[in-house]
Amino acid sequence: MRWLKIVIFLACLGPLIRLAWKAYSGGLGANPIEFITHSTGDWTLIFLCVTLGVTPLRRLTKQYWLIRLRRMFGLFAFFYAALHFTTYIWLDKFFDLHEMIKDVSKRPFITAGFTAFLLLVPLAVTSSSGWIRRLGGKRWNLLHRLIYVSAIAAVIHYLWLVKADLTKPLRYAAVVGVLLGYRILAWSVPLIRSKKPALFPGKRAEVPEG
Amino acid sequence: MLIKKPADIASSEITPRGLYLSRRAFLRGAAIAGATTLGGGLLGKLASPWEQASAGTKIDGIQKSNFSTNEKITPYKDVTHYNNYYEFSTDKEGPAGLAKNFRTRPWTVKIEGLVSKKKTLDVDSIMKLASPEERIYRHRCVEGWSIVVPWVGFSLSTLLKQVEPLGKAKFVEFTTVYDPSQMPGQRERVLEWPYVEGLRLDEAMHPLTFLCFGMYGEVLPNQDGAPLRLVVPWKYGFKSAKAIVKIAFTEKQPINTWNKATPNEYGFYSNVNPNVDHPRWSQARERRLGEFSKRPTLMFNGYGDQVASLYSGMDLKRYF
Repeated sequence: MRWLKIVIFLACLGPLIRLAWKAYSGGLGANPIEFITHSTGDWTLIFLCVTLGVTPLRRLTKQYWLIRLRRMFGLFAFFYAALHFTTYIWLDKFFDLHEMIKDVSKRPFITAGFTAFLLLVPLAVTSSSGWIRRLGGKRWNLLHRLIYVSAIAAVIHYLWLVKADLTKPLRYAAVVGVLLGYRILAWSVPLIRSKKPALFPGKRAEVPEG
Repeated sequence: MLIKKPADIASSEITPRGLYLSRRAFLRGAAIAGATTLGGGLLGKLASPWEQASAGTKIDGIQKSNFSTNEKITPYKDVTHYNNYYEFSTDKEGPAGLAKNFRTRPWTVKIEGLVSKKKTLDVDSIMKLASPEERIYRHRCVEGWSIVVPWVGFSLSTLLKQVEPLGKAKFVEFTTVYDPSQMPGQRERVLEWPYVEGLRLDEAMHPLTFLCFGMYGEVLPNQDGAPLRLVVPWKYGFKSAKAIVKIAFTEKQPINTWNKATPNEYGFYSNVNPNVDHPRWSQARERRLGEFSKRPTLMFNGYGDQVASLYSGMDLKRYF
């Protein structure tokens, strides 16, 4: 497990190493800052999807140990989001606070992106085992459902930003849709099942399983 | 994070143009050059006009122009590998490769509508209407980046005068070629094809409005709009239609493609204006390719002295 974690950790750094190499070798194209912005944004979305994919995957494959990788994926999503956000405030706005406030309030796609990032902050902060203990599993779980909102906001951020070709943001929308759809199903199916007997209290034993 | 600031490169250090050519065009050029030396130009003359007009062919007798800016010219490699040309791809890096084998000959341009002399002209005869001029223009994309390009061509008015517009004509509409077999982007319904752009007649006749068939002293590369494109330097880049096959004079204002796609974001005029934001982003500043910081965007892209009078009394927030 330990070695696996190290290997995955290094793999997760791959996109950053690739960017650094391209920056060093002049491979970022005609508009390097745009390249960095798009790349870090893409990887944030990818890591959000991977993080959200852990629970369905471990349940469907019964590989329950996968949960031990989830925190790392989530933190990498935050890491790339922070890089993406830094690119924006530094290389796009040059720390012009006034401009940024105007942007966040005036441009819906920035508002959505900023929301997506802000929501990840408490999750990153409370990702340690100590915080899980302090909050208690139930509350911690509830808090960390914010990732659903963050992922939706991130996809909206992308959808609202493109000019005409929606293909790429729609791909993310589809993946996030499936991953969240799985959860809705996972919650509602037992709910429906448990309600059915309540509707026919006298015939409880006759309700078939499955 | 390590970000290398693009260094200012002296023109003497820039890789010679030949190395950027596609291998094929390079070999073709070399073959023609060789043949010309050997056969006293005979073989070169026998080569088809398509081959002679491919990107990388030098244009002779280019005149300088007073309309040119003396700002630093954007490297050729950037202008040919960072293209918004949705007919080929919505990725900016896409058109350079996808347009490589685009056929620009034979090519005719139909001029029709409210004119007394409707004409269908061959692109090679259009290019001979006047001696070629070099115009070094600022080019500002609606997305917030800009370049400085030495275009080659002549004022569009030279061509438009040929067909004698009628008094009723108020607008000029430009249509880009529609050929999905050659333009993979046209197989997607990202925009409505063919691409249509338009100008008011006085804008079209303005001396700055440029009919372009070359850049950097050479024939226009396919990904930059070959064989014939428009360059309207005080408007956002998308107004400068590429690969033009039809020019129509109309009484009614044409509906340009981007305006049709998103009317609240892209207007008919689309003059560069730092005071009128795109609904989704600010237009106050721009990133000149090759520069680290953003620079302020100028009203009419810095061409206000020449063109502001065209819009006197107009509310440019309304007619964006």
